[in-house]
Amino acid sequence: MFTLILKRMAIGFVTICAVSIIIFLGTKVLPGDAAQIRLGQEATPENLAALRERLGLDLPMWQQYWNWLNAFVHGDLGKSLAGDAPVNELIADRYKNTLIVSVLTAAVGVPISLILGITAAMFPGSSYDRVLTLVTVSLVAAPEFFTATLLVLIFVFWLGIGNAVVIGSIDGKSFWELIQHFALPIGVMCLIVASQLIRMTRAAVLNVMSSPYIEMAILKGLSRQRIILRHAVPNAVGPIVNIIALNLAYLVTGVIVVEIFFAYSGLATLIVQGVQTRDFVVVQAVGMLFCAAYVVLMLIADIAAILSNPRLRHPK
Amino acid sequence: MTTDIVFETQDLHVSAPQQDGSVIPIVKGVDFQVPRGKVVALIGESGSGKTTISLSSLGYCKPGLAFSGGQARLLGEDLCSQTNEDLRSIRGNKVAYLAQSAAATFNPAMTINEQVIESVVSRGLMTRESADARALELYQALDLPNPDSIGARYPHQVSGGQLQRLMAAMALCGKPALLVLDEPTTALDVTTQIEVLMAFKKVIREEGTAAIYVSHDLAVVAQIADYVVVLRDGEVKERGPTAAIINHPRHPYTKRLMAAASPWSAETLSRIDTEDVTHRTTVAEAVNVSAGYGITWNGAPRFKALESIDMTIRKGSTVGVIGESGSGKSTLARVVAGLLPPFDGDLLLDGRQLEPSYRRRTRHELQRIQFVYQMADTALNPRQTVGDIIGRPLEFYLGLKGKEKRARVDELLTLVDLSPEFASRHPDALSGGQKQRVNLARSLAAEPEVLLCDEVTSALDTIVAGNVIELLQRLQKDIGVSIVFISHDLSTVASFADEIVVMNQGKIVERGPTKQILSDPQHSYTQLLISSVPEMRQGWLEDTLASRGSQ
Repeated sequence: MFTLILKRMAIGFVTICAVSIIIFLGTKVLPGDAAQIRLGQEATPENLAALRERLGLDLPMWQQYWNWLNAFVHGDLGKSLAGDAPVNELIADRYKNTLIVSVLTAAVGVPISLILGITAAMFPGSSYDRVLTLVTVSLVAAPEFFTATLLVLIFVFWLGIGNAVVIGSIDGKSFWELIQHFALPIGVMCLIVASQLIRMTRAAVLNVMSSPYIEMAILKGLSRQRIILRHAVPNAVGPIVNIIALNLAYLVTGVIVVEIFFAYSGLATLIVQGVQTRDFVVVQAVGMLFCAAYVVLMLIADIAAILSNPRLRHPK
Repeated sequence: MTTDIVFETQDLHVSAPQQDGSVIPIVKGVDFQVPRGKVVALIGESGSGKTTISLSSLGYCKPGLAFSGGQARLLGEDLCSQTNEDLRSIRGNKVAYLAQSAAATFNPAMTINEQVIESVVSRGLMTRESADARALELYQALDLPNPDSIGARYPHQVSGGQLQRLMAAMALCGKPALLVLDEPTTALDVTTQIEVLMAFKKVIREEGTAAIYVSHDLAVVAQIADYVVVLRDGEVKERGPTAAIINHPRHPYTKRLMAAASPWSAETLSRIDTEDVTHRTTVAEAVNVSAGYGITWNGAPRFKALESIDMTIRKGSTVGVIGESGSGKSTLARVVAGLLPPFDGDLLLDGRQLEPSYRRRTRHELQRIQFVYQMADTALNPRQTVGDIIGRPLEFYLGLKGKEKRARVDELLTLVDLSPEFASRHPDALSGGQKQRVNLARSLAAEPEVLLCDEVTSALDTIVAGNVIELLQRLQKDIGVSIVFISHDLSTVASFADEIVVMNQGKIVERGPTKQILSDPQHSYTQLLISSVPEMRQGWLEDTLASRGSQ
């Protein structure tokens, strides 16, 4: 089993390396380099050459890649092309917002979704299950900005609670105040994540519920509660953890629309701004961070799946 | 009503309500009784309703079915009208169920002992200590190895035969008055089946429980049942004491069932009269072939499935390959077909070297060797019509198109005893036997010289399987195709192979003309295999085990 986990970790490492190469080359194939963007249209060839030398852009490609990766690993994410600010500082300002919203969404959304998904699987075809299916399918189908608009319309304009735009500092706020501060973005994200999670949890548990050992448990005269909690859920843990990890990865990376809608500055808005201003140093840095988060979460999911498999946990 | 009846049904009806409000009857008014301490066998083919009837003793219907009339009385109480909550107190306590596949009915995430005792412990019928003691007693009674520690294992850590016996322990833990055994040995190899059967018989006698034994196999039932009820299409066709049913079957259906089971006895053996085929020309040959799976290391794969196999396929004759699960018999077919290239040895076709991988064989070589899969259900594309399925090899190998192709499809369908109208149907509109015929017709469409049949009759009912065998025999006579017939079922192979190859753990342990192998087996494994095939007579089980014990 440990060799399997090690193997999986090695694959994760290779994936990150491959992603770094793709991100690096991706920004290289774009027309114009850092020197040109900084100096603008009026740059003389001499100035360009000098700046290229200073930035190391005259080196061979693999050496540029190596320097960039080396600096990245040591925590130096480079300097923004717009405004010359270190990317580290740009991120430091913003990562807290993204992290807080993600963590709070996960803390609220995951347990609720699991409970709803498992209870729906306990009573398939019931009116409770049908309503839940209707709601979740609608939410899965609706684009994020639509859900966000709807929530703002209902809460801010009709009920008069919450803020349509999330502004202000988060420093010194308590946990409860943070939740209030981010209530609407968290609400939107919760709905999006939960609708996926509920459906997939329900499917995972139902899949287990149709297996012969569940029929056997019924014929042994066990209570419904015991059948679900002792026989179904332990066998559904692997797929469910996988689903959770996928959704958490989405929380870190897929929040662009929500961040922009509520106009609070997080990592996702940073990468959008980077794209708009052709600031590819920022795009590279944030892109790498997103990918790393993704790969780590997938790794955790895979390891959890390996650990939850009794055949691997208790070899012959 | 006498108190000696543990379970009885009276005019029991079970049906499947459909979406449109109509109802499909599954069980149509069945009456039978299980006397105290006796074993009653329900015999029938798939679709006869035997499992559904047996489950009525637990007040349970499979999803999609419902009780629609009559009564199922356990210890005098009708179960059909009870709520799930009432039934819970009966299940696992007064009546217990044993399913066909223990591997699927044990929860993989819990230890065995936990599952054996949970039914009684979770309801407070026994303390954990007394349940543990009871389980240990049962493990010993069922002749399980290491009875003290086997319960601490997980289901995947014990063998299939052991798991089947452990399931019996799980069922008996609550000392039920009635035990329901649903095809409990069907998924086992014959050599394992004999031990499990003996363990079941012993424990049923010692515990004094009544039992319903569901099976399609009359020979197995003859060993364990006191009474037999023959079912077909949800109705009782014949019933009586076991001896009466197997010695003097009256109903024509029972007679057909007996005939199709090709009962295995010294008498049938003497009737086998295979022609000597060794003088016939060799079509294909495997010489010293070794193959396996997994990562290749030092020129050999990690898991060897075949070691130094020699096999000769002669023109117009049948080689029966027999072995238990894991013996490498299916791997052998895959190697000959080129699906699994061997790492050592040669494959010859007409004496010429054949490429190990099908990818590098010529189209003509591919055409000459065709594969027939075991599961016609999964081997036929459900989105294609039968005509498309059979037409594809006609187009690919023979270049037939349009009218010619359609005419040939019709011919092939007629050849496998299906009417040409089947060409427009989809596989899901066919029965199991019809699917297997289409599967066969597809392989025959290529006009092959060698047909590799991998367990083609294993998933079929005995009567249908008998028909497919007859069809293969007739085809061989008419078109002279050579057949490699792979099966775990000795009696099927014996009924039509010219030569037999016996495989065990990836090696051929014995080979020879069918009659010689069956009447005078030399290798101890062949002897064990042959003596393990149940004979259709009562007392065979005891005789066999006694003669083994005395050796």
